[in-house]
Amino acid sequence: MDGAAKRKGRTPAIFAALFLLLFVFMVLDLTQAYVLTFGEAFWALLGKGTETHRFIVWEMNLPRVIMACLVGAGLGIAGAVMQAVFRNPMASPYILGLSSGASLGAAVGLTFTVAWLPQMLMIPLLAFVSCMATLFLVYYISNIGGRVPTETLLLAGIAVGSLLSALVSLLTYLAGEQMQGIVYWTMGNLTNATWENILIVAPLIFAGSLIMVSSSRDLNAMMLGDAHALDLGVEVKRVRLQLLVASALVTAAAVAFVGVIGFVGLVVPHILRILMGPDNRLLLPASLLGGAAFLMICDYISRVIAPNSIGILPIGIVTALIGAPYFIYLLRRRRTEVGWD
Amino acid sequence: MLAVKDLSFKYKEMPVLEDIDLEIRKGEVIGILGPNGCGKTTLLKLLNRNLHPQEGKVLLEGTDLEGMSKRRIARHIAVVPQSNEIRFAFTVRDIVSMGRMPFLDRFQGESAEDMRIVDEAMERTNIKEFADRAINTMSGGERQRVIIARALAQRPEVILLDEPTLHLDINHQFEVLDLVHELSRKEGLTVVIVSHDLPMVVKYCDRMVLIHDHRVHAVGPPEEVLTRENMRTVFNIEAVLTYDDMLGSNCVKILGSCSGRR
Repeated sequence: MDGAAKRKGRTPAIFAALFLLLFVFMVLDLTQAYVLTFGEAFWALLGKGTETHRFIVWEMNLPRVIMACLVGAGLGIAGAVMQAVFRNPMASPYILGLSSGASLGAAVGLTFTVAWLPQMLMIPLLAFVSCMATLFLVYYISNIGGRVPTETLLLAGIAVGSLLSALVSLLTYLAGEQMQGIVYWTMGNLTNATWENILIVAPLIFAGSLIMVSSSRDLNAMMLGDAHALDLGVEVKRVRLQLLVASALVTAAAVAFVGVIGFVGLVVPHILRILMGPDNRLLLPASLLGGAAFLMICDYISRVIAPNSIGILPIGIVTALIGAPYFIYLLRRRRTEVGWD
Repeated sequence: MLAVKDLSFKYKEMPVLEDIDLEIRKGEVIGILGPNGCGKTTLLKLLNRNLHPQEGKVLLEGTDLEGMSKRRIARHIAVVPQSNEIRFAFTVRDIVSMGRMPFLDRFQGESAEDMRIVDEAMERTNIKEFADRAINTMSGGERQRVIIARALAQRPEVILLDEPTLHLDINHQFEVLDLVHELSRKEGLTVVIVSHDLPMVVKYCDRMVLIHDHRVHAVGPPEEVLTRENMRTVFNIEAVLTYDDMLGSNCVKILGSCSGRR
């Protein structure tokens, strides 16, 4: 018995730990880092206590916490799926340009309004359309005679992503008085989450995640190589397309209202793969939980480390400050332990 | 079992296989042989619908493969591919269990019966002791046996082996071929071996197919197919097929290359 089986045996403990982390930081975040006491928050949650307390818990903290869970879970599982689909630990919604694609759509929706569709629906719709268009553009560029080599795909993703980010910056620059809002949004931030946003985001992320989890066995076979998966009866092209569309859907939903929150999809599945091995039937649900817990922790930190005059840092800054150094450390020190070469 | 009818396959206008007609019989061990690049691996992929022919068709017990889902095909035909490099830390048991995939629905877990089939496949290929090891820590030969176990876990009627001896030490080469040969005799498994390793494979084949110039050059029992003439044309070697009393089987003696130099 070596590491592989040991990792498998750890699975229940890991799920328990993720649940615990998620719960603890949810409670901490709900009490908005000690602005309320646990007791006050608890009673307010049950609809008791003062009106101010109820307002803080129900209209400010709870939507933010729930949005953080949804976005974290979505980005976590989308990252895990993309890494498996492209058999590459560097793949994530960000690297393939999907986040940039979604953010361009959402930025257009933020900047321009139309009479016939409320902005609340316009933003995620444009984010999804733009995210899908990005996906197909990247896929089309990297398709060479019916084959899509991983290297070309990643490079195409990076190139298209840079172009789209530049367009978002251009839009930000031209937006004039609305600029302040968009700048804050491009940094990734949860403070403006509302119940209405959640009602739109939740079903999208739920549907996308369901597609992904239900394909996890096929995904395992695809990790061995397309030929292996075909031999085992997986319709590789169809499953891959389904998974990519689901990833685009989830990414667009995650980006639409809170902006680009980086490194969740990269770091969370990475750590979990080290801990529990590559089996997607376990890894995908764990990435949902782990992504949510990770964003919960980052949200907590974003309030603890922010100077009082600012209150809360945009969460995208915190995830990048934690995620990027961790990822560099992984690349340098633990290449052999991440379940890839 | 498997029938190939008037099959032609082109890769970017380049003919790879032309007018292939072939009947693979139930329970036989059939070798598809030819020099490297003659299209024999392509033929193997066509037998499993991993590639689609431009002309002609492949029939599995009378049904055109083009009309079947990959999943349905995988319930009848298992493949042991040539390259078996796996970069992920799946356990051996994980990989062998994948052989049950074609029989399971999306959210359906492996039943006790599935687990029993997986265990049996690992016992037959002598890898049970490795069951909990990570596949990416194993040698090429060990991995090959894991993939063969996975194919056996599919409980196939036909098993397609692509260059099965390529990555193996000489003792394991015999082991693997002995195993599939035994399964063919005892359980009626149809075995299709694609190889360029003529001397190795000849011992096991009931019939052989020689591929030359994109076409079937000869089909039949080894003593009819491996004439000096045919081996000269197809492999460019001077060789004779003899019956070896010590081995109790056919044996190819290679005398040298046709180009005359020694």
